[in-house]
Amino acid sequence: MPGRLKAKIVAGRHLPVMDRASDLTDAFVEVKFGNTTFKTDVYPKSLNPQWNSEWFKFEVDDEDLQDEPLQITVLDHDTYSANDAIGKVYIDIDPLLCSEAATVISGWLPIYDTIHGIRGEINVLVKVDLFNDLNRFRQSSCGVKFFCTTSIPRCYRAIMVHGFVEELVVNEDPEYQWIDRIRTPRASNEARQRLIFLMSGELQRKIGLKVLEMGGNAVVGYLQCFDLEGESGLVVRAIGTACTLEKISTFPATATHPNNSSPSKDMKEPGFGEEAPGVPLSSGPPTPLRAQTFSSFSPSKSYSRQSSSSDTELSLTPKTGMGSGGSAGKEAGPLKALLKQQTQSALEQREYPFFTLTIFPPGFLLHVGGVVSARSVKLLDRIHNPDEPETRDAWWEEIRQEIKSHAKALGCHAVVGYSESTSICEEVCILSASGTAAILSSRFMQDGPLDTEHRLSQQPLCVFSAGSERVEGDMGSSASLGFEEVVSPGCGFCHIPYDELNIPFPAQLTYCYCCRRYKVPDVLFTTIDLPTEANVTGKGCLIQARLCRTKKKAQGEGNAMAISNLLPFLEYELHTQLMNKLKLRGMNALFGLRIQISVGETMLLGLASATGVYLTALPSPGGIQIAGKTPSDITYEQHISNMQKKINDTITKNKEQYEINPPEVVEEIIGSPIPEPRQRSRLFRSHSESSDEVSEIDLSHGKKDAFVLEIDDTDAVEDIHALLTDSPTPAGFYSCNTEIMPGIQNWTSAIQMFTSVRVFRLNANLTNQGLNKIFSDLCENLLKSLYFKLRSMVPCCLCHLNFTVAIPEDELIQVAVTAVAMSFDKEQTLENGKRSGEKTLIKAITENDEQLQFNLELNAESSSPNPLGSPKAPSVDYSSFADRCSSWIEQLKLKAHTIRRGSVKTTSSMEKASPLPEGRSRSLRSNRSYSGSSVAVVKMTPLSFIPGAKIIKYLGIINMFFIRETSSLREEGGVSGFLHTFIAEVFAMVRAHVAALGGNAVVSYSMKECVFMENPNKNQAQCLINVSGDAVIFVRESELELTSVQPQSATTQTSNGGEGT
Amino acid sequence: MSVELDVFVGNTTIMDKEVYQLWLNGYTVNDAVKVRIEGGVMEECEASAEVLLSDTMDQYRTFQMCERLLHHPAKLANQLLFQIPPDRQAMLIERYALACQFNSLDLVIIQFQTFICISLFRYYAFDDSFVREVLGKKLSKGTKKDLDDVSIKTGITLKSCRRQFDNFKRVFKVVEELKGPLVENIRQHFLLPDQLARDYAAIVFFANHRFETGKKKLQYLTFQDFAFCAGQLINNWTVGAVDNMMEDMDVDLDKEFLQDLKDLKILITDKDLLDQHKNLVCTALRGKTNVFNEMEANFKNLSRGLVNIAAKLINAKDVRDFFIDLVEKFIEPCRSDKLTSIDVNLYLTHYTNSAHILDTFKHHAVWTRYMGVIKSCILRMYHD
Repeated sequence: MPGRLKAKIVAGRHLPVMDRASDLTDAFVEVKFGNTTFKTDVYPKSLNPQWNSEWFKFEVDDEDLQDEPLQITVLDHDTYSANDAIGKVYIDIDPLLCSEAATVISGWLPIYDTIHGIRGEINVLVKVDLFNDLNRFRQSSCGVKFFCTTSIPRCYRAIMVHGFVEELVVNEDPEYQWIDRIRTPRASNEARQRLIFLMSGELQRKIGLKVLEMGGNAVVGYLQCFDLEGESGLVVRAIGTACTLEKISTFPATATHPNNSSPSKDMKEPGFGEEAPGVPLSSGPPTPLRAQTFSSFSPSKSYSRQSSSSDTELSLTPKTGMGSGGSAGKEAGPLKALLKQQTQSALEQREYPFFTLTIFPPGFLLHVGGVVSARSVKLLDRIHNPDEPETRDAWWEEIRQEIKSHAKALGCHAVVGYSESTSICEEVCILSASGTAAILSSRFMQDGPLDTEHRLSQQPLCVFSAGSERVEGDMGSSASLGFEEVVSPGCGFCHIPYDELNIPFPAQLTYCYCCRRYKVPDVLFTTIDLPTEANVTGKGCLIQARLCRTKKKAQGEGNAMAISNLLPFLEYELHTQLMNKLKLRGMNALFGLRIQISVGETMLLGLASATGVYLTALPSPGGIQIAGKTPSDITYEQHISNMQKKINDTITKNKEQYEINPPEVVEEIIGSPIPEPRQRSRLFRSHSESSDEVSEIDLSHGKKDAFVLEIDDTDAVEDIHALLTDSPTPAGFYSCNTEIMPGIQNWTSAIQMFTSVRVFRLNANLTNQGLNKIFSDLCENLLKSLYFKLRSMVPCCLCHLNFTVAIPEDELIQVAVTAVAMSFDKEQTLENGKRSGEKTLIKAITENDEQLQFNLELNAESSSPNPLGSPKAPSVDYSSFADRCSSWIEQLKLKAHTIRRGSVKTTSSMEKASPLPEGRSRSLRSNRSYSGSSVAVVKMTPLSFIPGAKIIKYLGIINMFFIRETSSLREEGGVSGFLHTFIAEVFAMVRAHVAALGGNAVVSYSMKECVFMENPNKNQAQCLINVSGDAVIFVRESELELTSVQPQSATTQTSNGGEGT
Repeated sequence: MSVELDVFVGNTTIMDKEVYQLWLNGYTVNDAVKVRIEGGVMEECEASAEVLLSDTMDQYRTFQMCERLLHHPAKLANQLLFQIPPDRQAMLIERYALACQFNSLDLVIIQFQTFICISLFRYYAFDDSFVREVLGKKLSKGTKKDLDDVSIKTGITLKSCRRQFDNFKRVFKVVEELKGPLVENIRQHFLLPDQLARDYAAIVFFANHRFETGKKKLQYLTFQDFAFCAGQLINNWTVGAVDNMMEDMDVDLDKEFLQDLKDLKILITDKDLLDQHKNLVCTALRGKTNVFNEMEANFKNLSRGLVNIAAKLINAKDVRDFFIDLVEKFIEPCRSDKLTSIDVNLYLTHYTNSAHILDTFKHHAVWTRYMGVIKSCILRMYHD
């Protein structure tokens, strides 16, 4: 019994009217955890009940604490009939179990009903007391921190990166159980929601156990997914990267900043850290610490091996040879042997040298080989024994093995930016995994030189001390260590890791354009983010390849076969499209590549998204050359040259737009192992003679060989068409699907996260080309809409544009996008000027209220012309707006003072602190006086950072799953109205839960699932949404500066401060 | 081939002011798109008509979702569904906030409030030409049914008419049963700016008493004229006007006062008093105006008119005709005598004051209370 969960129900507000007669509600609350339920009293006849309950205490195992959510149900008391449920709140108490995360959940949380949506809010307080001996319990893994962020979280330092962790749990889907025929949709939805909550809790706990076994204390890049397999069940699976993290304690503002957390929390933190044995939180030299960790924790074989490791000369690691160029082949032999050995061991088979991270501390990533991916088509069958999900495990194992062998073929020992996904249609399931083969730094590795490589997977890989802070001179130190002599950090990762004489795929190698020492490929595709230290010319842009392929309807084995046969073609074509589009933009590398293949009954959809950039280290890409097969025909020739001209123009235009002006370099001829390019160049030249436009372009494209498209087959025509239909991004906009855009640094604080969903209905009997065009237009139009919507943020960049495609039913294509728009200043000076201006303003304050009010009125008067000027302009006197505002501001100022004096969690504390005038009268003054403070702004972003701000605390993972159903679709505004409301509600609930944890932002936010089903004939629709992210507290950098400059003004700062947008 | 579903949801709700106004004005999505295309937003942003349509539909949906909240503005302030961005245009508030040394948290609150303010104003704003049509009518379903005629007459879309009408009705329903000052109640419940709250008070007051405003003779009066008069009546003739006791209501006229008004009849029934009054007024006016003769000739007529209006007010039915009576019994005779408003002012001032000098006239308080309102109403209404 190592934990006590305490919950207190304070109040409710905006409850729906449940009694038509009185227009009021007699509400009470049930608080349930596990099998224990408590009830509050009935608060009669009010839409804003004040329960102010006692503390309900649940004494539970920590295992349950991790698995179960706290379930709060608000009901309407009915004397004669059954009590009506108003709605529910599920609270994930996991953040409270970790000493470094949140300590209390307190605030207004939306009451949610799967049929009616949000129905009012409830104010709750939740706390957990954990007993100190918690780590002796093997079944629980309290204290392991989870991060969705795919980099080392800011404000932490990685002591060790242990490696890949994965787990999956399966269950029957309540929606498909027999009982579903007799129960209400609400009951069914709630059963599903609860089950998924339970399953994710269990999954997280199991992964936590694995992490503890490995000696880590955190999971970074945690990616949890659901497979709704329908009849055959429900699979919840997760992957992540186990790490040992240490909090950067020297953060300057934590001490001085009064608002980052309540004082009690601050005191608790260090204490807790010490109390938890085996979680190496204390700083110090990493080596002994690690040994300690393992000796206390290692029952498994791999650990005992690990602990026997000895310090070895760093220069002896195989990578040294790698760095000296061209000698990689020597390692390939023994490496392969070792890897084989490894695969033989059943225990080790479970472990993979995979990393879900996409951003690495400088110096960690040495070389990148290229994208590796594997797919397999499976037929689903009922999961007979949920406790032993062997089939699913075996499927994934197969795929991971394949990925591993691909990486090996590329001469790489690790896979980074690794992710897994599925697409299910009826009984067919496509499992996909992809990542980037890479060689990681082994410089702090203590194993023997030969052991290193094959043990990467299961053992702490390295120790580095970067955290979010970029460590200058890091590479310098690595150079001094003697294993990457004088490699500039900007190009090192581009150097090929594989053997030049034994290239696994046709590629053209040249000497690196930066250091001129090592070989680089002509193009580089990766799934990771652009390394911050990379040398990039110009800016990047989003590049998408889109493909639709029809397929015959089939059943079972035959269907799976047909899909398997189609897949390679699909991938090949996607690849070609990507390559063409990359060249069209004059770029030579792709980052963040994500290929999604979605299966439907009569078609397959492929969508590849990536961010193209021009890596300075790589050779300039050749142009695109169109070659016809029948050159005798003059009109045909003309047609081709026209097209060629168009393409060349586009390339020139793109180069201008993305500011790609690589420095001219003298071409060095390198013996290319492939003779083909020479032929290509010949073709190119012959053509350039025939067309004078080309000769001009010829120069700008350098002496590289052009990429030849033969136009005689229809595919090529289609390709060219697809190339040219991509409309350019409008002025002022940039887009990428990675975290940051090269060449843009001066972000402003204005960010806007958004989700956009479109469903497109197709006509029957479309050809492949027709389908392609429609799909491509759909994506293009969606992007155009986004640009238009966000036009007020220009200049801005859409970052982390994450497209998800699905085929919800036959003839429907669904595209969902989640991204963040961040505006930036054209010139750095602007921002500085503004900030200093702000400061002076704040310095030049005056507390004279009257004077201020006068000021306002003056301003209002001068700038309050009717902003519309339409003939039917309303008759409101807008100047009176000033009165209104001034009185508001009076109130707000008062409140602001209270806030400053009070705690950060303004909402709850404010509400509680003030006497509740409910009974007094219907006067609204009391209500209004709350108004401002109760709506704290919570920022959301899919990125791991917030521009212009510093994340000072991670409060825990947010992982929420909601189902919404309606049987009055038309009344709710049709499908669009229904989904719009639902997504807005999901956002509201995420924000409320984050605010209740004391946070003011969600980073690494993603909508992982958005399954929408409709039946317009029955006026019904259902939608499932799964979102996740990391709740954080951030502080504006400007405020940090202020605190250091003016310590006396620090008291007026609050961590909740965010400037709106 | 068609787009089946198309939504865009931002973490902070994006609202386009221009589209909001179009929505308020009751434009259909397609009409709104046309207006926007004419406005040149397409060229500005390299957008297509398709994009514009998608954006407009999206905005309309957002407004519809917001509408539920706008009906209960008090809830707006702490609602969680929309995270509404600070209005970028509302720079004045931002500057103000900075000058006040508000830190950014407060800034957010203020900007948020500004936004709510603005969207509320817009939502509750109405067209003068529309309100002029329904002013004094019962806010019932029957009236709502006739709105299509109003729509045709005023050229305001039916949708917009309905919204405005529903706003009146909603405000009426809420404040009807509330105690305390009318304007203040409206301001607090609907978070409206002062002027707008006063206008709503006038509408509620007119609807409650069903004042006749639609007669041809009253057509020259604007809504603002009536709103002014309503303000006068609310401030002086209601129960709440005399004793500011909380339990009293502002919506109803002071019955006791109306009863007392009957006593003023003595001014016209008592022949001596009438002559005495006339003499006093004429003495005071002589030489001060060039329409003295007309005033003298018409004195008895005008006085009878005003006193009769006072005496009749006890009947609810006659209250309805208050404005038409004022026009017929006083304003029209004066106008036919070509009195300027300065003349009218002069006349009414002396007419009121002289009554106090009459020895047998005892109802000074009632007289002042009555004439104060009558005078300011007539002066406001005395124009072409």
